[in-house]
Amino acid sequence: MQNSSPPVDDRHAGAASHRTLVNRKNIGRAIVAFASLVLLLVLLVQILRTAGAITAGFADWRPVLYAYLLWAVALGAGQVMVRGERGLRALFLLPAVLFTVAVVIFPTLFGFYIASLDWNLSSLEGPRFSGLDNLGDLFRDTYYWNALANMVFYTVAVLGEYAIAFGLALLLASEIRARRFFRVVFLLPMMLSPVAVSWMIGKSLMEYRFGPAATLARYLGWENPAFFASPWMARISIEAMDAWVSIPFIMIILLAGLQAMPREVLEAAKVDGANGWQSFWHVTFPIMLPVSMTVLIIRIIFKLKLADIVINVTAGGPGGATDTVSSFIYRVYRDRSNVGYGTGLAIFYLLLIIVFLTVLMRLSRRWTQNVV
Amino acid sequence: MTTVASASQPVRKRRTASPKRTLGRALIYGALLFWAFVCLFPIYWTVTTSFKSAIDVTQGHLIPWLDFQPDWKGWRSLGLSPDTVLETSTARAEFTSRFVNSIITSVGASALALVLGSLAAYGLSRFRYKFAWMRNDDILFFFMSQLILPPVVLALPFLVLYKALSLLDSRFGLILLYTLTVLPIVIWIMRDQFNSIPVELDEAAFVDGLSVWGAFLRIVLPLAVPGMMAAFILSLVLCWNEYFFAALLTSTDAKTLPVMVASQTGSQGINWWSMAALSTAAIAPLVLVGIFLERYIVSGLTAGSGK
Repeated sequence: MQNSSPPVDDRHAGAASHRTLVNRKNIGRAIVAFASLVLLLVLLVQILRTAGAITAGFADWRPVLYAYLLWAVALGAGQVMVRGERGLRALFLLPAVLFTVAVVIFPTLFGFYIASLDWNLSSLEGPRFSGLDNLGDLFRDTYYWNALANMVFYTVAVLGEYAIAFGLALLLASEIRARRFFRVVFLLPMMLSPVAVSWMIGKSLMEYRFGPAATLARYLGWENPAFFASPWMARISIEAMDAWVSIPFIMIILLAGLQAMPREVLEAAKVDGANGWQSFWHVTFPIMLPVSMTVLIIRIIFKLKLADIVINVTAGGPGGATDTVSSFIYRVYRDRSNVGYGTGLAIFYLLLIIVFLTVLMRLSRRWTQNVV
Repeated sequence: MTTVASASQPVRKRRTASPKRTLGRALIYGALLFWAFVCLFPIYWTVTTSFKSAIDVTQGHLIPWLDFQPDWKGWRSLGLSPDTVLETSTARAEFTSRFVNSIITSVGASALALVLGSLAAYGLSRFRYKFAWMRNDDILFFFMSQLILPPVVLALPFLVLYKALSLLDSRFGLILLYTLTVLPIVIWIMRDQFNSIPVELDEAAFVDGLSVWGAFLRIVLPLAVPGMMAAFILSLVLCWNEYFFAALLTSTDAKTLPVMVASQTGSQGINWWSMAALSTAAIAPLVLVGIFLERYIVSGLTAGSGK
């Protein structure tokens, strides 16, 4: 025996077991190769059939999906057989990676392709390649830029949501009675579907004639409580509804952070004679900064997708004042059936988001590093 | 405040009822009650409206029995009131099918995301991977970056793709898509959860002769239940309430509740009471989840954010 540090796999190293190991590796490679071959074959048959070159093949592309599944299983098995212990470890990550790659990469690339088409579902002509025409149209589309400007407002409003949520989290973390009751109640809006909220609040509570919110506003002296008539009022109303649904999420993460915060730090601050306000700004807030940045970024990501409430309450009105990019594109799809252009808008938006979030994440990393 | 404690005495909290302290307490409870009202009133309004008739709605009556006589009106239109629940009703049949679709898609997607996400999160928290140029942090970023894809980007490609795969208007198609949208959240929560479980436990399990998977399934996973509950509930909330994809990718068979609610809001002359009943029924399951499982959400997230 000359192996000094045997790996777990071949503890009984010998000629025979070495041979089985090599055999196993070869079988593993063969399985993966075979499965890849099947996948490629099915893919090829379907492509040829769609192109009209052959008549054999399947009625739809579903078999490709099955072949991919088979290939994924084979790849997993092959990993274990070829790489042993390390293959077993890779098995943890593989399912999620293969799933995401299958479900995201192809559609996104396909999205880029559609974005370059002049494709209107309601016109008789099929899709036609038009290069960067959609991009040119996009720069002239004032409604799109208006929607982007609205997104700036909605995104900045996240800071307000964050401030309220932080206040609520502090309240819940302080010594209060019936804490569980308040926690449950404060959490409830998060559970509600934005579509239901659109009706519950947007269309009934804020209804002009006899919604309670309108009645209250009249009582408080606002004679004409139309929440969705003037642009700014409509924008603020939409934002209020979205805030109502999403503040609990921010609150709960901040509350979790507050509860994980070491007690001694706050007590030390108290001993040093800091009052509540000072100990918040000099102790609690800096300690919470990393959690805050995480939750703010996640919240902004979700905010950038805001659509449901706008679609269902105002449909972007009045005059596009409440439009988000998503709700605008939704209408381009549904009302104008202009799918090529709509996808172009969406892809451009995605690129903007990526740039914006990259900058934001860089900045947030710098801020959190400076303080902690 | 510091003058109270002289140098030799230990610093103690004094619970005297100074006016300033009382005022502070009053403000705290005032704020708590105010926000509780803000959270509860829309729900209260919706539930009570489903029992109102037209005149109660227009006159803004709020309190049942005192202001107005509750009636099963809204629920009758859904076929769910006590007197109609035994009869056949097309409205109820439609509602039930949407309800079942919502349950199957949201539970299915959350479960699938939980399985895929927990595995990946455990791997990322325990082992070092190298996949081409990507290391653990890059792989994590790859997963998290899926979160930023706006639904509008994926909508049309998926429409075309699902048409080719004949997955349009199918629950399975929705499940796949929803799994994709919640997977990053699950991985995020579960990785924090696994990071908070000491690695020594895994090592002790290896010493006892368990394999990597044995240690994961029998030792680590049971300890990660709080995080899994939190991740599952959050996914459930996101999937149950999803509207955009459901509106675009389903037509008759796989329609979910939000699509049904939205289609009713759009139609003119819809009765408030039936709309209220429908909204109540649509939010009820998750409100119950929120009330009974709230502590799991908080404790699961707390476990993660303690790093």
